[in-house]
Amino acid sequence: MTDIDARPHEAAPTTPTAPVRRPAAPARRRDRVTVAGVVRALVLFAGALLFLFPFYYMFIGSLQAEPDTSPAGAIPTRGLTLQNYREINDAVDLVGSLINSGIFTGGVILSTVVFGVLAGYALARLHFRGRGALFGLVLLVQVVPFHLLLIPLYVLVVRSYGLADSYLGMILPFAINSTAVFVFRQFFLQLPEELFASARVDGAGEVRILWSIALPLVRPALLTAVLLTFIGPWNEFLWPFLITKRADMQPLAVSLANYISNVAARAANPFGAVLAGACVLAAPAVALFVAFQRHFTSTNIGSSLKG
Amino acid sequence: MSLRRPPYGGARHRVTAVLGRHPVGIPLVAPYVVFLAAVFAYPFGFAVWISFHDYFFTAPGAVVERPFVGFDNYVAVLNDPAVRQAFGNILVFLLINVPLTTLLALVLATALNGAIRARTFLRVAYYVPYVTASVAVVGVWLFLFNSDGLVNRVLGPLAPDPSWLINERLAMPTVAVYVAWKQLGFYILLYLAALQNVPKELYESAAVDGASRWQSFRKVTVPAVRPATALVVILSTITGANLFTEPYLLTGGGGPNGASASPVLLMYRRGIEQGQPDVAAAIGLVLVVFVVAVSLMNRRLLERS
Repeated sequence: MTDIDARPHEAAPTTPTAPVRRPAAPARRRDRVTVAGVVRALVLFAGALLFLFPFYYMFIGSLQAEPDTSPAGAIPTRGLTLQNYREINDAVDLVGSLINSGIFTGGVILSTVVFGVLAGYALARLHFRGRGALFGLVLLVQVVPFHLLLIPLYVLVVRSYGLADSYLGMILPFAINSTAVFVFRQFFLQLPEELFASARVDGAGEVRILWSIALPLVRPALLTAVLLTFIGPWNEFLWPFLITKRADMQPLAVSLANYISNVAARAANPFGAVLAGACVLAAPAVALFVAFQRHFTSTNIGSSLKG
Repeated sequence: MSLRRPPYGGARHRVTAVLGRHPVGIPLVAPYVVFLAAVFAYPFGFAVWISFHDYFFTAPGAVVERPFVGFDNYVAVLNDPAVRQAFGNILVFLLINVPLTTLLALVLATALNGAIRARTFLRVAYYVPYVTASVAVVGVWLFLFNSDGLVNRVLGPLAPDPSWLINERLAMPTVAVYVAWKQLGFYILLYLAALQNVPKELYESAAVDGASRWQSFRKVTVPAVRPATALVVILSTITGANLFTEPYLLTGGGGPNGASASPVLLMYRRGIEQGQPDVAAAIGLVLVVFVVAVSLMNRRLLERS
């Protein structure tokens, strides 16, 4: 089904890190001079600027003492200050919120990696009753809009289990990322069957095979799944917003949103402070993504979602 | 399945017949199965139950009666003008967001697929909004689309009055464009994966037949990536149905006059703020039916064309 193009990223023919697979030099030269090629490059770069400009503007705005919305204000020459960062840090405990975001995200990643790897391995390599049905569920769950279950989850987590204002309550609905389970399954599926057969003949148990044979071979998949899983909880707003009322338990996305909707009106330079907070919230995700962007390729993730 | 392996003995054979060749798989998937049951299956059933009862929040441990009320909550929901408006809003959102997302993602993915230079830079540029928190990006959009913001300054006399996010006609379309921009990187990724599976021979034979680039895009690319298009349409519809953060923050809680309120925003209002979880659960289930209906309609449309 999706196995064809799901291969470890090193072999991905599309990554720019694989220059060997590029067409021969004459084709490249032809590509460079055609009108269509020029138009395509122009469209792509204009689009890229449109996508990046708000991020640039976010950063510049966070450094301006006074909001300057004139076109010239987008290229400031002087008057840059860190005052906005001080302002947002006074209103919102940035370090504490970042730690909350980190614990929330870290908990989700940890439990996704541990339980997701076990489930992905079993789904790929073991024959047991109910495997087909479970795999169907993995696909189904990815298209169920999470927010539809908001009310019952709120009642259960906050009212029945008393997990309001707790990390456990935040983590619970996201604990095992189904997309990550799918990615793990796809990667375990590509390993040659002989590897497993011979290990079993040698008398190794399944858990041992998973730990010392399969897992070391799928390390790139682990990284891809961790990156993919990171985005969800780090950026999630509604769920932690619902279940945290205490400011010292709120992740940064929640405290910044509360600042935007409540406090901003009273601040000296509300936009500046909001943009400073936005930079702090965006920076870890963007930095991780840029650092590991080659693990974030269509081959790694696209295949996993084509169900 | 059990036939592939020689039986080791009576008992072992029976275990294999009931549990499969590797019964150890069952404990390995058990945590995930428990998770799915606790976070998806049970809450879904619970949502249905709540929506048919007079359900309200109580102090922990209190035993109260929650009588069965039939379709009362659904009647209340369907007669609520705010709910009707929210569903109308989400329809406007989907009509703008889904075609825009699909079209731009396909065009940009096709262009990216052929691009050789600066590919890493371009990819990063298109994916960055997707990996960034909506709460963070909303901050800068508020700044850009503010009455006195950069967008209006650049537009000068062409700027809409009232401005984008406080204009009843423009608030929802602006949110729809924002979400398309924000999520586009993810859908480009899906299309890029699909484009790699299009056989090169198809393009070659189209070129031999003298097809222009536009013709080969229409006659080869578009039909070849149809499964990906179906997926992009379904996923962007579901993302749209989940809309909450953007109307909550970008348009100050679904304003102006509820013109950008979404069903999930109303679920939050009714269920959590106003303490009517039964009504909120009914909104959620109406939304499920709505999403399924829209998805089926999309499928019909995609299959016909």
